[in-house]
Amino acid sequence: MMDVWDFVAVPLSYGFMQRALVASIFIGAVCSVLSCYLVLKGWALMGDAVSHAVLPGIVIAFVLGLPLAVGAFAAGLLCALMTGYLKDNSRVKEDTVMGIVFSGMFGFGLVLFTKVDTDQHLNHILFGNMLGITARDLVEIGIVAGGTLLAVLAKRRDLLLYCFDPQHARAIGLPLRFIHYALLVLLALTIVASLKAVGIILVVAMLVAPGAIAYLLTDRFERMLVIAAAVAIGSSAVGTIVSFHVDGATGPCIVLIQAFVFLLTFFFAPRRGVFALRRA
Amino acid sequence: MSLVAAKGPRTSIAKADVAASLSVRDVTVAYSNGVVALRDASFDLGPGTICGLVGVNGSGKSTLFKAIMGFVDPRHGEVRIAGLPAAEALKRGYVAYVPQSEEVDWNFPVLVEDVVMMGRYGHMNFLRIPSAEDKRKVDEALERLGMSGYRHCQIGELSGGQKKRVFLARALAQEGRIILLDEPFTGVDVKTEVAIVDLLRQLRENGHLMLVSTHNLGSVPDFCDHVVLLNRVVLAAGPTARTFTQKNLERAFGGVLRHFRLEGGELHADEDRRRVTVLSDDERPVVFYGDERSDEEPLHRKNREDES
Repeated sequence: MMDVWDFVAVPLSYGFMQRALVASIFIGAVCSVLSCYLVLKGWALMGDAVSHAVLPGIVIAFVLGLPLAVGAFAAGLLCALMTGYLKDNSRVKEDTVMGIVFSGMFGFGLVLFTKVDTDQHLNHILFGNMLGITARDLVEIGIVAGGTLLAVLAKRRDLLLYCFDPQHARAIGLPLRFIHYALLVLLALTIVASLKAVGIILVVAMLVAPGAIAYLLTDRFERMLVIAAAVAIGSSAVGTIVSFHVDGATGPCIVLIQAFVFLLTFFFAPRRGVFALRRA
Repeated sequence: MSLVAAKGPRTSIAKADVAASLSVRDVTVAYSNGVVALRDASFDLGPGTICGLVGVNGSGKSTLFKAIMGFVDPRHGEVRIAGLPAAEALKRGYVAYVPQSEEVDWNFPVLVEDVVMMGRYGHMNFLRIPSAEDKRKVDEALERLGMSGYRHCQIGELSGGQKKRVFLARALAQEGRIILLDEPFTGVDVKTEVAIVDLLRQLRENGHLMLVSTHNLGSVPDFCDHVVLLNRVVLAAGPTARTFTQKNLERAFGGVLRHFRLEGGELHADEDRRRVTVLSDDERPVVFYGDERSDEEPLHRKNREDES
């Protein structure tokens, strides 16, 4: 019993570990709620694209002396808008366009980064720096993640209808285009909030895995939200503590645990798991 | 007295009063790849109407639906619904849409009652929290379609006919005066088809206007009082008896329809000169008696319910 207590208490006796835990739980919560929509809408690649595309925005914001989050947000949104424009005006399919746009922007960001002297470590941008989170970062993450979470939860039914049946949404006069861009904006905000903690490369895992796990476990959307949030918050807490003991990077530990939970669910989910389906 | 009226649920009173009508005026729709999917389409429909929308695949049926729902902007022309511009009528919830089964993601984590409740969103506040009235309307709609026992089922667990009923229940719960149905009879059992037709007839009695796209040529004369025949242009539009003729159908379908003509020795051993023509678009065929290219009314099957 004492061992379990120490396992948790020892890491949390350090201030940087406390901040990491709070940040990872915040980010886990907002990412998980959004992940339910991305999974159902088939927007996983969009999450990956927007997150990669923020890199040039961060560098340019640094050069211009703007907050990095502003640059990241603008670049992420630009990626989504360009993808939409190119898809609408050519015969090329959306995922193809997306692949070109985000890798192009990511490449541009890398080139810019090597040309500009920044005080940022590329590794921290790419993979996050959970243990370096300051109290000020925490406030910033709290505001962006909290605002995004509130907005998604308040409009969760409209967003669900948009994913499920856009034609009906249109028929009852909902502003479809507005909802589409609102969801993109919320996605970009979530990514911006998560950058410091898990980085550009791994944020997509947080934006997909919890929703996918919950999707295998329930047939009701409201429960899906709750399960996804519980899985994400749990993985964040466990991953952060474990990372301390194995002396591993925190972001990757969280992502690893989520992937492990997904595998468990994939095999053992009561009704939709592989074994349950085989028995049926 | 006037006070009471003013304090009542004004929107729903207005909704019940509004005369369902649909006016399509010179509507031309072109897609960005240059294909003109619909050219100068015009027709008018009034309240208490079931109108069949008939044409080959690619004749512009779905484009017409999209134009009515504002998914595509006509290059020119105008759609007016209940006398209002389409966008305004949609915002007021006048138009309900019943999608084709292939367009729905049946694995989506929503229950039957969730889907029907989506019909009420237009009546709800900003946060879409259902009121007691919303719940009552959902119960009524489920009851009317015989789906109350399935309300807690995930939609993918239902049969083809039950799936269709869920979306019809949603249209009922929405209380739209104009209902667009996209291929409602595809993949449903006979019992559901009869139930759908019955429901449409009841709604017609109540002054609703329904536009039904269908491949099921044989059932068009059974329940549609109006028909619009489409092939990139409106070939013919009007009351079924005058419009749904063999001549018009052959224009609408060109060589696409299966065409069987039975006469003389194939049909009888005697001198009877009468003949039968069967036109089929893969589902229930339409049958004409008499001469080639007749302008006669097709055969009705009023008592099909009893047969089945």
